Amino acid sequence: MSLRNIGIVYRKELTDSLRDRRTLVSMIVVPILLMPLLTIGMGVLSAKLIGKAQEEIPTVMIVGGEDSPVVHAALQKFDGVNIVPYSADYKDEISNKQLRAAVEIPAGFDAKLAAGEPMTVKIYMYEGEIKSGFAVQKLQKFFDDMRDAAVRNRLDARHLPESLIKPFDIKQENVAPPEKVSGALLGGFVPYFVILLSLTGAMYPAMDLTAGEKERGTIETILCSPVSRTHLVLGKFLLVLTASVVTALLSVSSMAVSFGVARRFLMSMSKKSDAEQILQITISVKSVMLVFFMVLPLAVLFSAALLAIALFAKSYKEAQSYISPLMIVVILPAVAAILPGTELNSKLALIPVLSTSLISKEIVSGTYHWNYIALIFLSSCVYAAVALTIAVKLFQREDVLFRT
Amino acid sequence: MIEARNLVKNFHDKKRGEVRAVDGVSFTCQPGRIYGLLGANGAGKTTTLRMLATILEPSDGTAIVAGYDVMKEPEKVRRSVGFLSTATALYGRLSALEMVEYFGRLYGLDEATLHKRIDSIFARLEMNDFRDRRCDKLSTGMKQKVSIARTLVHDPSVMIFDEPTVGLDVMAARTIIGFIRECREHGKTVIFSTHVMSEVEKLCDNIGIIHNGKLLAEGALAALRERYHKQDLEDIFVEVVEP
Repeated sequence: MSLRNIGIVYRKELTDSLRDRRTLVSMIVVPILLMPLLTIGMGVLSAKLIGKAQEEIPTVMIVGGEDSPVVHAALQKFDGVNIVPYSADYKDEISNKQLRAAVEIPAGFDAKLAAGEPMTVKIYMYEGEIKSGFAVQKLQKFFDDMRDAAVRNRLDARHLPESLIKPFDIKQENVAPPEKVSGALLGGFVPYFVILLSLTGAMYPAMDLTAGEKERGTIETILCSPVSRTHLVLGKFLLVLTASVVTALLSVSSMAVSFGVARRFLMSMSKKSDAEQILQITISVKSVMLVFFMVLPLAVLFSAALLAIALFAKSYKEAQSYISPLMIVVILPAVAAILPGTELNSKLALIPVLSTSLISKEIVSGTYHWNYIALIFLSSCVYAAVALTIAVKLFQREDVLFRT
Repeated sequence: MIEARNLVKNFHDKKRGEVRAVDGVSFTCQPGRIYGLLGANGAGKTTTLRMLATILEPSDGTAIVAGYDVMKEPEKVRRSVGFLSTATALYGRLSALEMVEYFGRLYGLDEATLHKRIDSIFARLEMNDFRDRRCDKLSTGMKQKVSIARTLVHDPSVMIFDEPTVGLDVMAARTIIGFIRECREHGKTVIFSTHVMSEVEKLCDNIGIIHNGKLLAEGALAALRERYHKQDLEDIFVEVVEP
């Protein structure tokens, strides 16, 4: 094994790739620009949209209850909603988003309330629509308050304490450290991008160094030099791996910076404590380093697999058509890990990409299952070694190198 | 010196099944002489030369190139061979100098020897004006010079040219033809494939006519003329391949 020759090939490929615009864009520009765009852009946009939806005074229609002037008047006076005149097609209006919600007051509401008879107030809404949801929240609060007041009055009239119907209070308190809270919120998100970008960063150089060489006719030139094909493929592999790791590194750094900026920006523009909480991210340096360490064998796997696949292609275009489906193969397990409730077990730990994504999610949230970490790292290394062996073997095959 | 011994190359083709591209080819090329491999497209010229340059491995038979067996010591063979064809392109994003340096290093030259060699080759081929220009920005003629410099940088004793003038204009082709002659003058063993009769007549000391993977006739031009009672090489060629 001549390290000198591998080094010569690597240095040449590095010079060559750094002069290739496509590689530079995918390796440097995309991670540096994509991360701020995603975090700041999406964060600001969603905070703005939610804020706007909350600020809007929803339009609400009252259905029935003409014989109950008290509740009618109270609703009209309630400034959380904007009462609009009754029309018979209110259900359609809600479906068409012209109306946010409607409330049906049962007949004789005022009288029944005074007499203490049971009855049901019905709220019509658009399930899953955020603005309709806010209208319902406000109506719900209005009627809750009204019910509580009625109960208090009845207890007072009978000289009974309020604790009779409310023997105890319920209170929630978070005990998980802040990094675990933010980890649960963002746990899947961070590793997902690191994994995805380590793939996209390797894509262009892998195609350029194999199918690209075939297309430009330099493959025959290099094959008639005395460098062995194993050294050649290893030099190329190291360059692809470098691109993959640099892309992932830049994306993580860019993400860290973007979060910092996004948090300050959001805090200055909104008073909403929600936005502040969502972006209150405390991911430790240790966990980021460990995530990176876990993604490393995956980057080796990606680099070797991409090289092998792209080598098979005759042209850049053909390589792209082989590699695009691979994106889906990688994205699916990475997304599966983000889904709530996907938990690591010893079987899932053997599935490449998915296992790394899952363990990284745990690591980011400050949970370190060292058994799994070791198992996943080792299994990823095995997959990576297999992929690299295949790539090296393919480089020895004339029917692959000179495929016509 | 090149000694091809019963070289055979089989390919697997999806449509045609097993194809024998080269079928038992044997010949010898001496130092200081130019051997011309003459054949139509698809006759097996490129495959034969690629086997000599160890880019392809023979299915059967072998060849001794510069004293090394292509089957047993392919890396040593490559160290002694300069291979040039229109398919051997340059790395467009490297400069002329970087391109030649890269190959010089792969041939195992140390930096001092490498740069001495490069200085002398670049001066001889008048390449210093564009030594730092990227290869994809060079004219065809300049590219040819870089390719020549690439094949010469390790001072090989054997030169293999696979249809080196295909697609070149008259001036670029003349540069190559001149270079091939120069190689002979320097005592190198030269093998050269073409389907252009005039190039063979102008250059070659020995001629091999290859057809359907088989070497059908061999000898100096004068000997071939005598054997087939024809003056024109084209007529001889037709007589050999379609008796």
